[in-house]
Amino acid sequence: MGDVKLRGYRSARWDEPLVMDMTVPGERGVFVPLAEREVEAAVGADSAAFVPESARRAGIPALPEISQHQVLRHYLRLSQQTMGMDLASDISEGTCTMKYSPKAHEDLCRMPQMAEVHPLQDEETLQGALQIYHEFRSMLCAISGMDEVTLQGGGGAQAAYTNACVVRAYHAARGELARRDEMITTIFSHPCDAAAPATAGFKVVTLRPDERGYPPLDALKAAVSERTAGVMITNPEDTGIYNPDIDKFVEVVHEAGGLAFTDQANANAVLGVARARDAGFDGCHFNLHKTFSSPHACAGPATGAYCCSDELAPFLPVPVVTFDGSSFHLDYDRPQSIGRVREFYGNLPVILRSWAWCLSLGPRGLREASEVSVLNNNYMMKQLLAVRGVSMPYTEKRRLDQVRYSIEQMTEETGVTCFDFQDRQVDFGVQSVWLSHHPYVVPEPFTPEPCETYSKEDLDYWCETARQVSKEAYEDPETVKTAPHSQPIARMKGIEAVEDPAKWAMTYRAYRRKIKGENE
Amino acid sequence: MSEDYFVHPYIPNAVPETKEAMLREIGKEDALDIYEPIPDRLRFKGALDVPGPIHSEAELKRHGKSVLRKNADCDAYLSFLGAGVWQHHVPAAVDEVVNRAEFVSAYDGMYYTDQGKWQAKWEYASQLAELVDYDVVTMPFYDWGTVLGLALRMASRITGRRRVLCAATTGPERLTVARTMCPPAEMAAHIALETVAYDAATGGLDLDDLRAKLSDTTAAVYVETPSFLGAIESHCPEIAALAHDAGALFIAGADPISLGVLAAPGSYGADIAIGPIQPLGVHLNCGGGLGGYMAFRDEPVYCGECPLLLFTVLDTEREGEYAFAEVMEERTSYGLRDQGRDWVGTGAGLWTIAAAVYMSLMGPKGFQELGDTILKRSHYAAGKLAAVPGVKQLFGPGFFKEFVLNLDGGGTTVRAVNARLREQEIFGGYDLSAQFPELGQSMLVCVTEVHTKNDIDRFTAALAEAVRPATSDGKEA
Repeated sequence: MGDVKLRGYRSARWDEPLVMDMTVPGERGVFVPLAEREVEAAVGADSAAFVPESARRAGIPALPEISQHQVLRHYLRLSQQTMGMDLASDISEGTCTMKYSPKAHEDLCRMPQMAEVHPLQDEETLQGALQIYHEFRSMLCAISGMDEVTLQGGGGAQAAYTNACVVRAYHAARGELARRDEMITTIFSHPCDAAAPATAGFKVVTLRPDERGYPPLDALKAAVSERTAGVMITNPEDTGIYNPDIDKFVEVVHEAGGLAFTDQANANAVLGVARARDAGFDGCHFNLHKTFSSPHACAGPATGAYCCSDELAPFLPVPVVTFDGSSFHLDYDRPQSIGRVREFYGNLPVILRSWAWCLSLGPRGLREASEVSVLNNNYMMKQLLAVRGVSMPYTEKRRLDQVRYSIEQMTEETGVTCFDFQDRQVDFGVQSVWLSHHPYVVPEPFTPEPCETYSKEDLDYWCETARQVSKEAYEDPETVKTAPHSQPIARMKGIEAVEDPAKWAMTYRAYRRKIKGENE
Repeated sequence: MSEDYFVHPYIPNAVPETKEAMLREIGKEDALDIYEPIPDRLRFKGALDVPGPIHSEAELKRHGKSVLRKNADCDAYLSFLGAGVWQHHVPAAVDEVVNRAEFVSAYDGMYYTDQGKWQAKWEYASQLAELVDYDVVTMPFYDWGTVLGLALRMASRITGRRRVLCAATTGPERLTVARTMCPPAEMAAHIALETVAYDAATGGLDLDDLRAKLSDTTAAVYVETPSFLGAIESHCPEIAALAHDAGALFIAGADPISLGVLAAPGSYGADIAIGPIQPLGVHLNCGGGLGGYMAFRDEPVYCGECPLLLFTVLDTEREGEYAFAEVMEERTSYGLRDQGRDWVGTGAGLWTIAAAVYMSLMGPKGFQELGDTILKRSHYAAGKLAAVPGVKQLFGPGFFKEFVLNLDGGGTTVRAVNARLREQEIFGGYDLSAQFPELGQSMLVCVTEVHTKNDIDRFTAALAEAVRPATSDGKEA
């Protein structure tokens, strides 16, 4: 580990105004093309004539009037007040798999043959895009052991929703949907594994962990019945614990007549190591913006790739991309399809990046990425569990790619909460640590995830920042409780507004009306 | 394709000495020992059937480019495709900002570390609010279709009713997505989705059919303006009144690019407005540039039933500084899992920033002028194209950006015509014959500010050449 020197990090702080307050009447940021004289000669100079009176805009939209450089500068300054994975250490954002997104991929995405392609072009003019889609589909079949894939989902939760719809259609096709209305999940599975089936119309049954950290098989046996539609479960779960009975879980669900889906949004522990189909699952999904390197982009565009068995393939959303040996096609003729979960067929630039990432790593590199991620996590775990006030719940002490830690002891002894911890740690130039999904089953949680991107020095540095915050908590808790001290803004005031309709202001116009007391 | 060990540039700790030191530190001898938690029977023993590795970046890029060059694109071709994703000019300053590493690589950083991201997103909401005329704009989601589904579900919860009406001129892809989000009849959570006919002469909503289908079980009426077929709906105030008289909500779908010249949904009584954000500074990206917005009045019931993220502005301890935070987090699926409102997740975050920059650059004058240009050029195009023998325009003037051309008089198919146009490096309009069979052989033509008079004239000449009967052996191209 050696000596680690903490950085004297200071965020950029521009005291940037709100864009609406930058307005100077008469300025503008860009000219737009105007209709040619010949066009006006043909159709008239007054375009309002084409709009029924009842549908004409009354008044002008109160957008800001700002020159181009001033607009650019404003948003570049805001970018500087955004830490971002490329600059900081994003070991902090556990469950998110914040890995490096290679810049070569961005160059490809910006080619007009990607950026300026319309999804409704005839398929003979889409052969490059469809080839990438189809080849990546085959890679995911190999990685998951599944038979077919759709890349339509615009995020992980939409892939989970795809599964809920496929399960719905499967049982409907067998005439059992009216009876099979329950979906089982676990409390440490991602919230979408509960929310997506609930949206699809299922009642959700949630299993809780026992002292080992994962649900006992008996709890599942007690939960299944003739009403069971399926299970949607993450493994390893948010805690980093791998459920070693996972294939038995699948068996129990299958015996009850249900389908088994595993949420592999974050599959970074298991590439080339364990495959969903080998454990008996009927479906799984991957987040291409997590495991497969596409950047997170302030929360999208993203892709949730849904993979399934041959038995479920007829229900996949349309279109399915096929290959006839010489060219690629969009197959819409699938009578049992659930329809669509999203417009068009996928976020192609995201798929392109993931395809390129797999190609550059190859089979052995993919497995190496997983092995090093798990090694990184175990290495960090040893250091973090030696930090005063930090512990790891549950009797199962082995973890794969991440760990949900607790600082309950630190909170009891110093009053420093996980929120204080989070706000102080960022002063050392690491991203705010992910605490936990709700509910906080683990008290005072935090969840880092050191994927393969990070060097040993990065891991040591992150651990040192945690060690420093702990030291301060015990010696000088006020420094922690008044943090952050080096960020773009000082501490927030009036956070209660987030629950108060009289005080919240989701837009500038609401802010002027409610907070500043101005009339429009 | 060597199987020799390599240290990949993306995996620093693959250096054998580093690995060994780390393994020693954790008391393991072999890297495989770290996989103890996975029982042997569940471990994959083979080699993944995945191609690669392509070691060098140079070779990877060359390969990627060679595959991508099999695509044609709308820079090289003259394209008149719209139908859900539209070719508008993207100012260079927008690309400069959205390609910044900080924004591209940011994710869930919290209020302090990612303050700039939060502010940019709030400014997206603030500016879009002026276009649509509401006090609340949510963070967007995957696409317009998903947001339509969510809006219908919101309306169902708010009214306690389970039937929704959508105009038959709703974008067919959007409508299919929305149907997927309405549980089927076998389920207790069933939501019935029915369509309302359109007027064959104007393309607007058939108000008689709406009256016939509205009842005290209707949760929502959804109408787009301009519609998928391009028609500007002239009866929005009446539709709002009819919906409200029945106790239903009126949901309007509106392309924000039109709102410099078309009425804002907040001004004609829509309770919820939704629509696409791709036109606001996002490239086509083969469908990878989508995002759907939602807006409504600042009322607790709407905020409380909305599944999407809402951000508020706050003060800080330093005078004149702004912070931004999430509103009523508990109501979402992140807060309450299956008891939350539908679901939310990673969707279209970067495009809020593109749209924020775009709207700041355009300003009020930009939107007015853009609307004016699109109205004039698209009507010019409709006039020229409809003068081609065998071609007629359906629904007449009074459209925005898109319009329907019927080719039945030419004795041919849209498919055949588009194939001939491709030989001239032109993408003709979207073929409506599968989704709107009642319109015969018709195409939906999209004309925006990127299309000059010369482009339109070139298209007209090529169409005149392409509209000819299919050959007698049935081959179309």
